[in-house]
Parts: sequence; C-alpha cells; structure tokens
Amino acid sequence: MTIKPRHRRFAWVAAGLVALGIAAALVLNALGSNMSWFITPTEVAEGKAPAERNFRIGGLVEPGSLQRADDRVGGTFRVTDGNNAILVSYTGILPDLFKEGRGVVAQGRLTGNGGFDATEVLAKHDENYMPPEAAEALERAGHPVNAGAQAKQQ
Amino acid sequence: MIIEIGHFALTIALVLGLLLGILPMVGAHRRDVRLMAVAQPAAVAQFGAITIAFAALIAGFVGNDFSVLLIANHSNTDLPLDLRVAASWGSHEGSMLLWSLMLSAWTCAVAAFSRSLSTVLRARVLGVLGLISVGFLLFLLFTSNPFERLLPAAAQGRDLNPLLQDPGMVFHPPLLYMGYVGLSVAFAFAVAGLIGGGFDAAWARWARPWTTVAWAFLTLGIALGSFWAYYELGWGGWWFWDPVENASFMPWLVATALIHSLAVAEKRGAFRSWTVLLAILGFSLSLMGTFLVRSGVLTSVHAFATDPARGVFILAFLVLVIGGSLILFAWRAPTIGAGNSFSAISRESMLLANNILLVVAMAAVMLGTLYPLVLDTLGLGKISVGPPYFDAVFVPVMAPALFLIAVGPLARWKRTELPPLVSRLRWAFAISVISALLAPVAAVAAGVDGPAWRPLTSVGLAFGFWISAGVVVAILDSLRTPGRPFSIAHAASRARMQPPSVWGMHLAHLGVAAFVFGVTLVNSYEIGVEARAEVGDTISLGDYEFRFTGLDHIVGPNYDSDRGHFEVRDSSGALVALLHPEKRVYRASGQPMTEAAIDRSLVRDIYVSMGEPLGGTVWAIRAHVKPFVNWIWIGCLMMAGGGFLAVADKRYRRRVTQREARAVAAARA
Repeated sequence: MTIKPRHRRFAWVAAGLVALGIAAALVLNALGSNMSWFITPTEVAEGKAPAERNFRIGGLVEPGSLQRADDRVGGTFRVTDGNNAILVSYTGILPDLFKEGRGVVAQGRLTGNGGFDATEVLAKHDENYMPPEAAEALERAGHPVNAGAQAKQQ
Repeated sequence: MIIEIGHFALTIALVLGLLLGILPMVGAHRRDVRLMAVAQPAAVAQFGAITIAFAALIAGFVGNDFSVLLIANHSNTDLPLDLRVAASWGSHEGSMLLWSLMLSAWTCAVAAFSRSLSTVLRARVLGVLGLISVGFLLFLLFTSNPFERLLPAAAQGRDLNPLLQDPGMVFHPPLLYMGYVGLSVAFAFAVAGLIGGGFDAAWARWARPWTTVAWAFLTLGIALGSFWAYYELGWGGWWFWDPVENASFMPWLVATALIHSLAVAEKRGAFRSWTVLLAILGFSLSLMGTFLVRSGVLTSVHAFATDPARGVFILAFLVLVIGGSLILFAWRAPTIGAGNSFSAISRESMLLANNILLVVAMAAVMLGTLYPLVLDTLGLGKISVGPPYFDAVFVPVMAPALFLIAVGPLARWKRTELPPLVSRLRWAFAISVISALLAPVAAVAAGVDGPAWRPLTSVGLAFGFWISAGVVVAILDSLRTPGRPFSIAHAASRARMQPPSVWGMHLAHLGVAAFVFGVTLVNSYEIGVEARAEVGDTISLGDYEFRFTGLDHIVGPNYDSDRGHFEVRDSSGALVALLHPEKRVYRASGQPMTEAAIDRSLVRDIYVSMGEPLGGTVWAIRAHVKPFVNWIWIGCLMMAGGGFLAVADKRYRRRVTQREARAVAAARA
C-alpha cells in the first residue's frame, strides 16, 4: 500500500506534536517540583513560608550569632532582615565569603520548631557585593543596603 | 597618549564598520562591482583598527595606567603580567572589546578565504558582518567605553576579582568568544542568502566549515570553563546549570543542531529553511548569552536600572537583529524552496530527530534560565530553578539523540530498510547492554566503594558503549567492500579514501561516548567528605586515607596563603599523592579564595580543598575521589578535535564547479 504524501505529512506533524507534548509535560512537571521561592525572614515570621517544600531565605548573618558545631563542620547562625531573624542550621563547609554581618542566601526547609534546615548556603560575588536576594530581603524590611555598594558590582 | 590612540582607533573602526555595512550591500543590490570591492579592504582595515584599540588597552593594563577607569577597577600593580593582560577582558567593557576584535577577525578571515564565493554573496556576507560590528562598536563607544579616564588617577588599582586570577582566565574567554562570534558568520551567510535567494548545495558547503569551526571553538570554550570551575570554585562540581553557563550552552545546542542540518542541506538539499532558521537562532542566542552575562541582569534585574542606557541599547539591538532577521526570513522563506523528499526511516529523518531533540533541549534550558528573570522583572516574586530541574529535563530529552548517534551514520540517505540496519547493529546492541550490566558488577568485585550502582548507571554506560560500538561498526563497514573478503591491505586503502570529514564525525561521536562515560561514572561512583581535621589527623574516604601532615604560610605576589600538606595513601599504605591545597586572601580586596589540590589521572581524581579555619590548626577539610571525571573534558576535546578535522576536508577548499555556478546563477535569476 502506498501512503499519500499528504497523509505522511500529517503523520509527521502528529508525531511531532505528541513529542512536543511529552516534552512540555516533562518540563512543566520538573519545573513545578524543582523551583524554590524566595522568602524573607519577616515573611517566615508571618507564617507565609511553605511547610513541606524547599525555599530560599536571605538577609544578613546576624553579628555574634554564628555557633560552630564542634563535632562536625558547619553550625548554626541567625539570618536577619533587620526586623525578624530565623535560626539556620547547616552541616557542611560554609562558603569563603560567609561572614557575620554580611549577606547570605540559604536554601532548605523549615524544621518543626520554627528553625531552618539549610541544604545549601550561598554567599557569592565579591566583597562589595550583596547576593541580590539578601539585598531584596533587607529592602523589603525597610533597611535597604546603600545604593553605592549595589552599583559597584561587576 | 596610548589610550587616546586606542580610543581613536575604535572610532575609526566604527566608521569602517559603517562603510563595510552599507557600501557593499548597496553595491550588491545595484550590481556595482566598485562598491562591492570596498568590502574586502574595509574588513581588513577594521580588523587592523580594532587590533590597535585592543593593543592600546592591553598596553594600559601592562603599564598599570590607573588614570583609566577600567584599569583602576580591574587591575593592580601586584597582579602578575599574564593576568594583567587577561584582566583586559575580565570586565564588561573589556569583554565587549574582545567580542568586537573577534568579530573583525572572523570578518577578515571570511574576506580572505572566500575567493570561491560569488562577488555578490561575498559582498553581502561581509556587509552583514559589518552591520553587526557597527552595533557592537556603538554600544562600546556610547555606553561601555573601555578608554574612559579617571581623573585624578588612582594611586593603586582595585585588583581583578580573585576568582578570575587564574590561567583559565587567559584562555577561557577568548575561546568562548571565538565560538560565540563565529556563529555570526553562519548568521551572515543565512541573511545574505535570504537577501539574494540562492540556497543550494554550494551555499551549504560554504557555510559549513565556518559553522563547524565556530562550534568547535564554542565546545572548547565551554569545556575549559567547566574544567576551570571544577578546580577553582573549591567544591569539585563541574557543571552547575548556572545561568551564566546556560547562556553559553544554549547556543552550543543550537550550533550542534546546525552543523547536522547543514550536512543534510549540503548532501541532499533538504532542511534549507530550517537550516537558515537555526543559523539565525544560534547567533541570536549567542548575542543574548553575551548580554545576559555581561549586562549584570543575571546578578540582579535591577542592575539594568543602574545604567538604563546600556539596558535600552541592548534590548534595541537584540530586537533589531532577531526581529529583523526573522522578518527577512518570513518574507524571503518562500524563495528558499523545498529539498528532496525522504522516507520515515532514512539518515535525513534521523538527523531531523536529532535537530528537534537538540532544539527542545535548548528550549527547556532556556525556560529554566529565563523564567526566574521574567517573574522577577514582572514583580511576581523571586524564584530559583535548581540543577534537579535541568537534570530531570535534559537527560530524558537527550537520551534518544544519544541512541541515534550510533544509528544515523549507518543509515542511508533518502531511504533505509530497517532489517539490514537492525542486523548490522544487533551485535553492537547486545555488547553494549551486556557490558553496561557487567561493568558495575566488575566494579563491585574490584572493591569500588561509594553510593555505587543505580539503574541510571547502567543506562548511562549502555549509551556510552552503544555509541562507541556504533562508531566501530560504521568504520568497519566503510573499510569493507561488500562481496569481497576482508583484507588488511584493502581496508587500509579504503581508509585512506575516507575523507577527513568522516573521520572527524567519528572522532566527535566517540567524544560524546567518552563524555557520557565520564558523567555516568563520576555521578555514580564519586565519594566525598567534609570533616574537621587538625594537623596529624587522618580522614579516610573509600580506599584512601588523607593524612593532614602540616600547615604553612606562604606569601604570593598579591595574596597571602595558608597552605595545608596532605599525604594520600591507598588501602595497602602506599603513598599515592602529596597534595597542597591553599586558602588565599587577596591583599587588595581582602577576598578569600580556595585553591583545591588535585591529583589527576585517567581513572580518578583525588581532590582536597581547605574550607575554613576553625581555630588552632583545625580546619574544615573537603576531600573527594572522582572516578573518570577527566573523561568529561577529554570527551569535549575529542568533539572539538573532530570538528577541526572535519574542516580539513579538501572539498571545502575546492572552487565552485561550473555546474554548481550555473545552478547558483539559475537560482538567482
């Protein structure tokens, strides 16, 4: 049996659409389960943080709050946006630019007792520059970092 | 003075770009040979002018001229000479100048090596490249002038970001930009073809080597970036799905699709519209990538607001290039003409599938990269899309493409019967499945530790073996004449008859196999630990013991460093390696940097880096054993090598045959 060109083209288009549909489903599913929202310490205090999902918090490492564990690497510290703070615990080596009083972003989820269990701690960029999410948290809480430090990046 | 010469040369380059972009285009339209003849000298002169500008900037960096704002911000008298040279492209302005230099170098190369092109097509290709250069030079001169003065001059520079103070900085950006910018040549060929309406096998044969070289450079640039991140970021990852990486990976995916579709366009005349579209898309993505990375929009969408002129210029340029070329495409696409038909199982259909998969993969990467930016810009909240998204999407989309690598080269053009294809590949299939299942068993028997086998381990290995076996079958097939007994002498003579482009393809495909092996094995069998350790302590990891034997302090040219000493021994107690990781603090900026120490080999890397000091001689130490990790970059080198080998093919240097010239003339009439 010979297939008409028109039918063949239809088959190609249909196969393409099915493939695209599968790809789209795959993409949207993966996107839905792997994106994390950024939430400020104040929003966490207001109970706006999801209980069962990973999310990111950002702000400044509260001066004097870092307590290193003595049996493992890592420890606990408080992340503040100037109005509210949240206790973060992390097991692992803290990044080079992690310092008290400096900007930080942490990815993880809430623990039962209102603390935050971080799986990843970021303090990237250079000395003068604040991680954008940390800057955003301070800004939303009404304590913007000075604009000069922001403009100087790159 | 030198700086002013550089600034002046850049202005001259802009004028030359305008001449190059306008006169030959008008000439091509009016068939005026004198106007078209401007193209070649203008291209060469522009390259000369930008080279002078770039040399002036480098001279400023080498001579520590801190009366130049860019140099004061990105260099320092203590910075070693090679890094002072590299620092000239370590900033937004400098990298844009490097972009322009590369573009004019490619333009010059096209002018020099395009004697076989028709005068009209050559004038148009060079004209399009000239117009692109005008965009970049305007951007440089009006919004990102590298020669801006700082008055009064600074006494000392602020130093280059320590992350960039590495030999990787000397090679990575130029290689990457060679690739990015090289895609502009394919784009120029596509646009020139759209204007003139002559898409045929000869057009594809002209565009092909340029695209392949650009792709090979892009491959090298990305691989070097990954290799650099692996040892410089201090925690042993080699790919992070970071927006900056994705910005270079998206054009790579499209360029990979493009070199395959150009093959069809050359051999079979099919896929022509699609090829033109890919050429436009590839260059658009490389433009977008450059701007995403260099404009600061990724670190914060608000960075745009700090310099609205740049943001508006960038958007306008992107809209002009992408929109303009797409409108041209929509208008002229009907003139491109359909190619020869092919059946559902043929080399064309498999290359079509390869193209669709690569473009879908690119779209998925793009969604994950841009979605957070779009949400943020619209004020809908801040999100981040993590590596698991990209892994979950990219791997399943690319799996069928990996499968087809083994099949495609064996399939015939136009129409292939399935049964002979299956019978030629059944042994390859059996061998790859059996090896994929046995290899992990052998690993366990050999006492390999780690998170060990997962189903994906065998799937990955199966793809690696399958691609390799497919390449072997294809090579053996090509060395044999059907109906003749196999003899070494005959095979050798057949091997000599194979053009370099075929060997290039096989080498690149084997590179993909090596890459797949590397990724699979390092993901499945790597082990690592982060621990507190004091001088004298031993950290054990798998079969290895890491003994922290001492600490000392060293003074570098522009940094101070705490250096650890580690002895790595295997289970029998034999010394495997002495490693000296460092924690540096750069004096000018006070910024700390982790310098990992790595003992490399083909089968495993042993990796130690120092985290943070925890008081006394106690440090947080990170140690990894990474099996086969170097195969990832060796695979990339093989892919790029395959690309360069393919370009060595003589047929790209042959002049147009009369028959083809007549076909071109007929198409244009």
